[in-house]
Amino acid sequence: MRRIPISALIGMVLTGAFFACAIFADLIAPYNMAEIVGGVWDPMSDKHWLGTDAIGRDLLSRMIYGAQTTIWVATMATILSFSLGSVLGFLAATVGGWVDQALSRFVDLIMAIPSLILALVILSVMPVTLTVLIMVMGLLDATRVYRLSRAVAVDITVMDYVEAARLRGEGQSWIIFHEILPNALSPLVAELGLRFIFAVLFISTLSFLGLGVQPPLADWGGLVKENSAGLVYGIPAALIPAMAIALLAISVNLVADWILGRTTSLKGGRGA
Amino acid sequence: MGHPVVILVAQRIALGLLLLLAVSVLIFVGTQLLPGDVAQAILGQSATPESLANLREQLGLNEPALTRYFSWLGGILQGDLGVALTNGQDIATAMGQRLGNTMFLAFWAAIISVPLAILLGLIAARYAGRWPDKVISGVTLTTISLPEFVVGYIVLYFIAVRWQLLPSMSMVFPGMGVFERLHAVLLPVIVLVMVVLAHMMRMTRAAILNVMQSAYIETAELKGLTPFNVIWKHAFPNAIAPVVNVVMLNLAYLVVGVVVVEVVFVYPGMGQYLVDHVAKRDVPVVQACGLVFAAVYIGLNILADVISILANPRLRHPK
Repeated sequence: MRRIPISALIGMVLTGAFFACAIFADLIAPYNMAEIVGGVWDPMSDKHWLGTDAIGRDLLSRMIYGAQTTIWVATMATILSFSLGSVLGFLAATVGGWVDQALSRFVDLIMAIPSLILALVILSVMPVTLTVLIMVMGLLDATRVYRLSRAVAVDITVMDYVEAARLRGEGQSWIIFHEILPNALSPLVAELGLRFIFAVLFISTLSFLGLGVQPPLADWGGLVKENSAGLVYGIPAALIPAMAIALLAISVNLVADWILGRTTSLKGGRGA
Repeated sequence: MGHPVVILVAQRIALGLLLLLAVSVLIFVGTQLLPGDVAQAILGQSATPESLANLREQLGLNEPALTRYFSWLGGILQGDLGVALTNGQDIATAMGQRLGNTMFLAFWAAIISVPLAILLGLIAARYAGRWPDKVISGVTLTTISLPEFVVGYIVLYFIAVRWQLLPSMSMVFPGMGVFERLHAVLLPVIVLVMVVLAHMMRMTRAAILNVMQSAYIETAELKGLTPFNVIWKHAFPNAIAPVVNVVMLNLAYLVVGVVVVEVVFVYPGMGQYLVDHVAKRDVPVVQACGLVFAAVYIGLNILADVISILANPRLRHPK
C-alpha cells in the first residue's frame, strides 16, 4: 500500500466532513432550519457562528440542512446516472449491432444540446420536486457515463476471456456483470467523483436560477440566491454557501484525481 | 466544385442541419413528456375546467402532437417563433434585442479570453513543471471547480461592492454608446472570461506539450533554437488544429455560462429571458429559446469541425 498523498488526504477529510454534516444534520444543527431567531443579516457572533440570513434565520443551521439537500440530490442523481449509463453502455458494447447504433445516436442527440438548456426546457413543464430534479439530472448525466462505459467495455469485449464465456454459453447479463463490470470498475470509480461534482454544480446552478430545490427546503444554490440581494450592500452572507459549493467540489476533485492517477498506474500507464 | 474539401465541408454542414432538426424534435417532445398535459402543468392543480379548456384551445393542444410539431417547425422556418403565453408578445421581436445583447457579451468575452488563454497556455508549456506552470495550473484548477454564479458573486462582491470599481448591475438600453455599453458589461465579461479561460488554457497547454514530444521538436532543440522559438515556430503551428477545437468547444460552453452570468448581473439577454419564462412556465418562449441556444451550440461545433478540416491536411483527404 503506497502512502496517500497529502492533497488526497485533505480532500478525503473534507469530503467526509461534508457528508457527516449531511447525514447528522438533525443532531448538529444548532437551530431549526425555518425558525426565525435573529435580525436580518446579523453579523457572525457567538450565538450565530455564520450570522443570520435574509429574514433572520440562523445561517449555519441552514447551511447544514442545505448540505443535506445538496448532497442527497447529487448522490441520488449520480447513482441513477451511473447505474443507467453503465448498464446501457455495457449492453451497447456487448450486443453491438442496431442496439448500439440506436443508443449511441440517441446519446449523440442529447449531447448536442447543453445539458443546462435541455434541463430548463424539461423543467418548464414538470412539477419541480426533488424526485423530478433527481430524475432529470440523472438521465441527462447518464449520457456521459454511457459514453465512457461503452468505450471501456468495447475494449474488454474483444478479450479472450469474454470470448470464452460466450463460447461456454453464458447469457448477456452474466457477461456484463461477471466479465465486463469487474474489469471496467477502476476507470468508472474515478469517473464517479467527477460526475458527483458535476451533479453538485448542476443542482446548485438550477437552485440558484430558482428552478431547482424550492423553498421552504434549502440547498446551497438556493441559499446563495436567497442572500444575494445583500451583496450589493456589502453583506457577504451569500458568499458562504458559494464557498461551501466550491470547497466540496475541490475536495472531491482532489480525491478523484488521486484515484485516477492510481488506476492509470494499475493499468501500467503513466502517472504517480 | 468537385474539390474534396468543399464536399467534406458541405457534408459537415448538412449533418449539422440534420442534427438541428432532430434537436427540434427533442425539444418539442421534451415539453410533451408530462403525465398530464402542458395546460395542466402551466395552470397548476387548482385550475378550473374552463380555463384549462381555454388554454388548451390557445395552445392548440386539441390537435395531434404531430400536427402541432409541424406547424411549430413551419412557423420557425418562416421566422415566426409564435407568441408568449404570459403577455401575448411576439417572441421573435422580444428575442431580437436580447439576442443582440447576449452576442455583445459573448463577443467581448471571446475576444479577451482566446488570446489570453493561448498566451497563458504557451507560457505554461514553456515552463512546464516549473513555478510559472504550477501557479497558472493551480489557479485554473481552482476556477474549474467553481460554478459560474460563485465566480460571479465573488467578483461582484469585491470589484463592484468593496472596491466600487464597476457597476454591480449591467444596465444596457438602446441608444447607448459602445464605450458606455462596454463599461456596463465589463464585470460579466470578466466573469465569463474567468469561466472559460481555465479550460481553454489547460487544453492548449496539453496540446502543445503533446506536440513537444515529436522528433522534429527534438531536432529544433538540438540545432540550438531558444525554447520560446521552438514552441512558437515548431510546436504551435502543429498544435493549431487541437487548439482551435478547444477554443470552439469553450465558446460553445459560453452559451451555458451566459445563462447564469446574465442572471447574476441582471443583464437583459437571452439567458435571463429563458430563465424568467421557465419559471413562468411559458412553454412557447422556452421552446424558442432552447432552439436558439441549441442552434448556436451546434453551429459553433460545426465551425470547429470545418476549421480543423481546413487546418489539418490529413483530414482533407479521407481514404
